[in-house]
Amino acid sequence: MQQEVTLVAIILIMLLADLVVKESSAKLLQRLACVLMVVQIAVNVVPAEAVAFDGMYNSTRMASIVKTVLSLGTLLVFLQTGAWLRREDTAFKSGEFFVLTLSTLLGMFFMVSAGHFLLFYIGLELASIPMACLVAFDKYRHHSAEAGVKYILNAMFSSGIMLYGISMVYGTCGTLYFGDVMSAMTGTPLQILAMVFFFAGLGFKISLVPFHMWTPDTYQGAPTSVSAYLSVISKGAAAFALMSILVKVFGIMVQDWTLLLGIIIVLTITVGNLFAILQKDLKRFMAYSSISQAGYIMLAVMAGSGQGMASLVYYVIIYIVANLAVFGVISTVEQHSGGKVSRDDYNGFYKTNPRLSFVMTLALFSLAGIPPFAGFFSKFFVFASAFNTGFVTGNTGYWVVVFLALVNTIISLYYYLLIVKAIYITPNDNPIPTFKSGLMERTSLSLCLVGVVLIGLCSWVYQSLVDNAWPF
Amino acid sequence: MNILSLFVLIPLLMLLGLWLARNLNQVRGVMVAGSSALLLMAVYLTISYISLRNGGAEGEMLFVDEVTWFAPLNICYSVGVDGISVAMLLLSAIIVFTGTFASWKLKPLTKEYFMWFTLLSIGVFGFFISTDLFTMFMFYEVALIPMYLLIGVWGSGKKEYSAMKLTLMLMGGSTFLLIGILGIYYGAGATTMNVVELAKLHIPEWMQNIFFPLVFVGFGVLGALFPFHTWSPDGHASAPTAVSMLHAGVLMKLGGYGCFRIALYLMPEGASVWGDLFLVLTTISVVYGAFSAIVQTDLKYINAYSSVSHCGLVLFAILMMTRVSSTGAILQMLSHGLMTALFFALIGMIYGRTHTRDIRQLNGLMRIMPFLSVGYIIAGLANLGLPGLSGFIAEMTIFTGSFQNPDIFHRVCTIIATMSIVITAVYILRVVGKILYGTCTNPEHLKLTDATWDERLSVICLIVAVAGLGLAPFWVSDMISNSVAPIVSHLIH
Repeated sequence: MQQEVTLVAIILIMLLADLVVKESSAKLLQRLACVLMVVQIAVNVVPAEAVAFDGMYNSTRMASIVKTVLSLGTLLVFLQTGAWLRREDTAFKSGEFFVLTLSTLLGMFFMVSAGHFLLFYIGLELASIPMACLVAFDKYRHHSAEAGVKYILNAMFSSGIMLYGISMVYGTCGTLYFGDVMSAMTGTPLQILAMVFFFAGLGFKISLVPFHMWTPDTYQGAPTSVSAYLSVISKGAAAFALMSILVKVFGIMVQDWTLLLGIIIVLTITVGNLFAILQKDLKRFMAYSSISQAGYIMLAVMAGSGQGMASLVYYVIIYIVANLAVFGVISTVEQHSGGKVSRDDYNGFYKTNPRLSFVMTLALFSLAGIPPFAGFFSKFFVFASAFNTGFVTGNTGYWVVVFLALVNTIISLYYYLLIVKAIYITPNDNPIPTFKSGLMERTSLSLCLVGVVLIGLCSWVYQSLVDNAWPF
Repeated sequence: MNILSLFVLIPLLMLLGLWLARNLNQVRGVMVAGSSALLLMAVYLTISYISLRNGGAEGEMLFVDEVTWFAPLNICYSVGVDGISVAMLLLSAIIVFTGTFASWKLKPLTKEYFMWFTLLSIGVFGFFISTDLFTMFMFYEVALIPMYLLIGVWGSGKKEYSAMKLTLMLMGGSTFLLIGILGIYYGAGATTMNVVELAKLHIPEWMQNIFFPLVFVGFGVLGALFPFHTWSPDGHASAPTAVSMLHAGVLMKLGGYGCFRIALYLMPEGASVWGDLFLVLTTISVVYGAFSAIVQTDLKYINAYSSVSHCGLVLFAILMMTRVSSTGAILQMLSHGLMTALFFALIGMIYGRTHTRDIRQLNGLMRIMPFLSVGYIIAGLANLGLPGLSGFIAEMTIFTGSFQNPDIFHRVCTIIATMSIVITAVYILRVVGKILYGTCTNPEHLKLTDATWDERLSVICLIVAVAGLGLAPFWVSDMISNSVAPIVSHLIH
């Protein structure tokens, strides 16, 4: 419970600070938010179990680790927001940005540590509604308002479907506590339908195909920092929640949901990859890339084992640092070059901004899963966990899914290399001019870079996740 | 500190040094110091390996060391070498050393070029010292990705296309490999990733039948297995000189080494089922590569197709599954590595002067640049298997060994493959006659100069190695043959 309490305290402090601090000093608020997030991480770094509200809230050690990871990701996002929040049209409401973001984070905290469908649902809504405000934060610019509407409509629609599923669970089991539902489940067709509806609801959050339609428009229209936050934090929390509920609550119908997952994984990765190739706008491109990355995360869910859970969280950690590095570069460039986000704008980028290019390249390599960068290790462990489950259960279907996912890494390598090519190879007479990004941005990018390079090589990260993986 | 880890540590320090280097001289200084250190290390390793073996050292691998890395998956950083890896390390060190001098005057972005070049060499060295499947695979991929930028940024011709094609095809191969590795690991009972330990365990036959072709094709792509060789001509033709050298000289050997050490060693039953099919493919590689080389007009394309043919011979010999032929395969890797590096170095030097690689526009170079021309003739003669140079030793061993396989099918394949010797002579002699002899018709070419000191150093080193292997092959072939024995004894005839 401690993590939620400290987070609520931080939200309150930020609200008060927003009242006190002058409108023009967005920088001060940003610093305050970052410091508070550091405190949040530092206070809760030791994973702990907790049960509250008569078991409605049930936080395992793994959930606690996930929450710390999410806080860390949020800190990295906060560090990157500086230039954007100090812009004239956003400076006066920068306090709201932090409060809204932290509220969604609080919602996710409840999502990952729920022991009851009702609390889970509340957490989900708390994570969704402020998010819509965030997506529409730049409402007079670009397509931000449109993105906000698309997001909120989709989020509500998916919540509705999920709620319908939950009602079926209640109808057949007579309870909403995860543990009781698990023991009351018999695998009747109605319960399978409930599982599918529940899955679809979360599928929207994780943007799995065929529930991904909102993703590109929203990512493109939303402010870049918000897209970054959406792509990693929201996705990571939902993936963890999906896995723990599928295993803990719908464990009896494991055959059904692995089949479902298998099909959806292949679709998600393939569709995400194929569409990503065509994108010229980097934010839209990252949206499709994040769709396909979600497919890889789902491989760990499909594994359904302790090893799978450890690999999932590991994947999420590395995905957070790598993706935030890419988004960090995109957002810095956008702010310093007057809104350039197209791939062609990056032609010849290396000549003018070698350091940012370097960060971007390594992060893209990590996303593509190339050693010695962290993404390679996370992909390997995810594949290994799914493969292992296939071996243990004697179901070679797992191997087919792993194989198709692996073949897809080549497609993804192609489009990540297209950006690398733009940066290093394609000549350009008029590249983005040299600029110096702010201290906060640089700190964030350096942290991401350190993560991309070191998390894979330092084996204790994975080891400690495996040690804490069961029960989740 | 294990001596083998230095092969990874030294390039890492070189990377650091390059990163800190402020001007061209410092960059060159770091590269020369590092690559000479690596060469000395490799020579020292070879000598001490042989003396240890002569002293009666047992065990498949020597200089063994192991540090647990990812305990949940039994992944270790484990190193160890046998005669095969020692030979490969020596080869790599020679090529890295000579490659440094071959790219002495490279511009622009010299520092970045050498950084990627060094990263590539980390992958190569790491691959040959590793005995752990995961670490091996990791280093294998580390060696692949720098190629994209090395070709894309510093290459020539249709470099972007070639770079992308090469990277995607090789990485495509490595995805087959990855699933193969998972199959081996879990199939063998998931207790170790160490190759030597895994060889003692038995993988169920049905799993071998699934995963053998995946692993063989995975490595085969890099070893230019027909029909997955198409990256090779484009890639080699577009790459800058030193990258062509390293790529044809060393990187393609990773393929053969992996096929032998992992695919055949760990999955002998799969090999006996699938061997014949792959044998047909490699025979096609050998003959088709040689025929293709005849009709090319670009010097680099000629050499690239010749590489397809010669690397095909490596895989061909491995699949013959006799001790002599496998020894020949490793010798062929060494010999081809050295002579193809020599070829590419010379082509790069000629191209740097004449700015064309089209053999129809080159003639009479012997008068103008005698040093380079003589070097070219020596490389050519080694390539077509003249006794006294390395090519003869390797090919002779391969064909003798292959014919020892009593099976009719294998013998027919051997007879077909021997045709390549004749075809090789055709394309080599044709090029030598065309570009080196006769009178020079292009007045621009008359003004050109012969090799400079750095180029001479690079060429002489390689010629010495090629001739050394050809004149005194026993020390190395004994070393290889003894290490090949335990692997071959695993195989089912």
